[in-house]
Amino acid sequence: MTDTNPEVLLFASTTQSFLEKEASLSRLRELHAAGTSFDHGWWRRAAELGWTSLLVPEELGGGSVSGDGVADLALVAELAGKTVAPGPLHPVSTVLAGLVEAPENHEDTIESLVSGETVASWAVYEPGRPWAPMKPGVTATPTDSGYRIDGVKDRVEAGSDSAVLLVIADCEGAARQFLVPTDAAGVRIESQRSVDLVKTYARVHFDAVEVDATAVVGTAEQTAGLIARQSQIAQILQCAEVVGILDAVLKFTIQWGFDRHSFGRPIGSYQVLKHKYADLKIWFEGCKAATNAAVAAVAVRSPDAEMAVSVAKSYVGEHAPGMLQDCVQLHGGIGVTWEHDLHLYLRRVTLDRSMFGTPEDHNLRVYAITEDRESA
Amino acid sequence: MTETTSAPSMTESVDEFASRARTWLAQNMPRIDPANPPDADRGDDAPWLRARELQKMLYDGGFAGICFPREYGGLGLPIEYQRAFNTESRCYEMPVLLNVPTFTICAATILDTGSEEQKREHISAALRGDQVLVQLLSEPSGGSDLAGVITRADRQGDKWVINGAKTWSTSAFAADYGLMLARTDWNVPKHEGLTMFLVPINSPGITLRRIKQVNGSVEFCEEFFDNLELGDDAVVGDVNEGWHVASRQLYHERRAVGGGSEFASGIGAEGASDVPIDWVGLLEATGQADSERARERAGRAIVHKAVQEKLIDHVYHGVLDGSLPPAAGSIIRITHADTHHLEFDTALDLTGSFGVIEDDNNLIRYGERYLSRQSAALGGGTTEIARNIIGERVLGFPREAAADRGVPFKEVKRNKG
Repeated sequence: MTDTNPEVLLFASTTQSFLEKEASLSRLRELHAAGTSFDHGWWRRAAELGWTSLLVPEELGGGSVSGDGVADLALVAELAGKTVAPGPLHPVSTVLAGLVEAPENHEDTIESLVSGETVASWAVYEPGRPWAPMKPGVTATPTDSGYRIDGVKDRVEAGSDSAVLLVIADCEGAARQFLVPTDAAGVRIESQRSVDLVKTYARVHFDAVEVDATAVVGTAEQTAGLIARQSQIAQILQCAEVVGILDAVLKFTIQWGFDRHSFGRPIGSYQVLKHKYADLKIWFEGCKAATNAAVAAVAVRSPDAEMAVSVAKSYVGEHAPGMLQDCVQLHGGIGVTWEHDLHLYLRRVTLDRSMFGTPEDHNLRVYAITEDRESA
Repeated sequence: MTETTSAPSMTESVDEFASRARTWLAQNMPRIDPANPPDADRGDDAPWLRARELQKMLYDGGFAGICFPREYGGLGLPIEYQRAFNTESRCYEMPVLLNVPTFTICAATILDTGSEEQKREHISAALRGDQVLVQLLSEPSGGSDLAGVITRADRQGDKWVINGAKTWSTSAFAADYGLMLARTDWNVPKHEGLTMFLVPINSPGITLRRIKQVNGSVEFCEEFFDNLELGDDAVVGDVNEGWHVASRQLYHERRAVGGGSEFASGIGAEGASDVPIDWVGLLEATGQADSERARERAGRAIVHKAVQEKLIDHVYHGVLDGSLPPAAGSIIRITHADTHHLEFDTALDLTGSFGVIEDDNNLIRYGERYLSRQSAALGGGTTEIARNIIGERVLGFPREAAADRGVPFKEVKRNKG
């Protein structure tokens, strides 16, 4: 992303040097070796840099850098992609995207998420079921003092590190969202490993979990809009992260094409590889163009935002994993070793491709939106 | 027939410009349904005469050549004004046939490399609808190796005498002038002995013939030159500097083919065969409106088309702000072909037997368009050459080996037989 606003440039360079120093690839390997997802102290420092305040209005204790918090946040995700940074940027941002739309009774949670003291995540997937946020099997039954939550969620990012979960549940036939503390009686969390080196997920059992009436987020009428907004934020963060990853990986893979010699020539001089490199460049610019358009549409809450996000999510998800595999191929045998960093990137890209809707899910959505527009 | 509106002031905002265009278009231009435009076969004469009329109307109304300089008859405005005009004019009949190659390639190149006299004469005439310009580049002896042309221009007294043949000249039959690349020095390496000429198409000494393509189109032509005589005023740029001019044409062509030129005015389809695929209609007509497989495949084609549109903008602005080199225009040239292939492969798949045997819904048009699928990867330079360009001039990898580099052209090996 090209930006000439000096405050954005300063924010970008501060973020980048923080990531390079404290979220390097060797740090990622150390976390993995220690069986740790991320360091909470590190996350608080990231929050101090402003990462968690970007989607939050000033009256709730937040603030953006450029005046466009969505673009600022996408910039952080892109920079974080360059070092495949650990940490709960995506789940915390996704939860905040919902809470700031319906902050009543949740001001304290927002404040503690912004400060980095608390980590939260969105409990949206359910065991054995594909991406279908509006069709929860988990139930919320009204009680005298609030609600009782029953059921199981899974693929909850950083679930074991979260103090609170934003849970989608069916309440009297309608999808609603509830903030549920993970230390509430009846909540049981099992860790799920992922293909990523550090990102962990969780299956969360809700066994007659009692929450106050104030745990609900937003009205019944608001909920579909909130879930759409949260989905869009989660999805553009994935796309931006992948753009950052592709940027970093293409840089060193292209350099490899100049440096690596076979039969007395740099391998990038062979036409078959030169054309492969050309395709990588083309798809990278396509991913960037689609992602920038999606970020811009979400930022201004364009009526086209859902379309733009699904277009980007489909295109980026269709191309990025194959591009990483091409980069492995261009590196030769070293590319499939544990020692080489390529797999760190490949892991994250593969994870991002498949979460919050596969390319096929988004193609179906794009078709349905097109169909609706034509019948309108 | 149309009242000329007041000349645009430098301070007119894009919105004000758009609103003035909206009013003018409504009062002066014929409305069309953009999904069902008037049939305009680029191989017929009538659409070209119509395009000239429409261009004249735009010129008289003060909306021709939005991004061309004022001294040559344009408005001298930034691309945002052209974009706004394109949006406003979507539902009106526009001279879109003149976009490629007249405005986006030929006039753009004359603007870069022509003499002051050539700019004043030809750009203005094109903007008035009085001249159609084309390119006479490829030859029967070779397409991608453009600098290897063997059409010759020999100096005789104060004249140039042209002999040889050109082919794949887009819509030359409808044109007034063509930019023609010929060899003027055979004793130097291939790029150094070329000169570009601006040739009046209806000259004695030129014989023009139509080429019939797989899809029945007779838009492309070939021309034979027998002692065609030209004066020095026909030279564009300098003698033996023709490659520089041709390079500008190629640059403008790559951007134009992908859809990224600020000199294109109006963005509608050129005719029924150029209308975007109506996927919803296609699925309904084939009884697959509820097929998840068909919906997913159609959705994917819609995604790729949408990204192509975003990419055009992204590359245009990237080249403008320097984050991408000018050769990055080849990116949209390639994605244009890739997107086109994906769309027509998908259409062939989803139409099934309805795409190959005529029925009431005319789905056979998709099967027929599939037959000339590769045109999108050939016209305007092959995608193989475009990938070389990205590998070499965007990424900086070593150039392909060339047996003719630095060799006097007369010693270069040519086609056998």
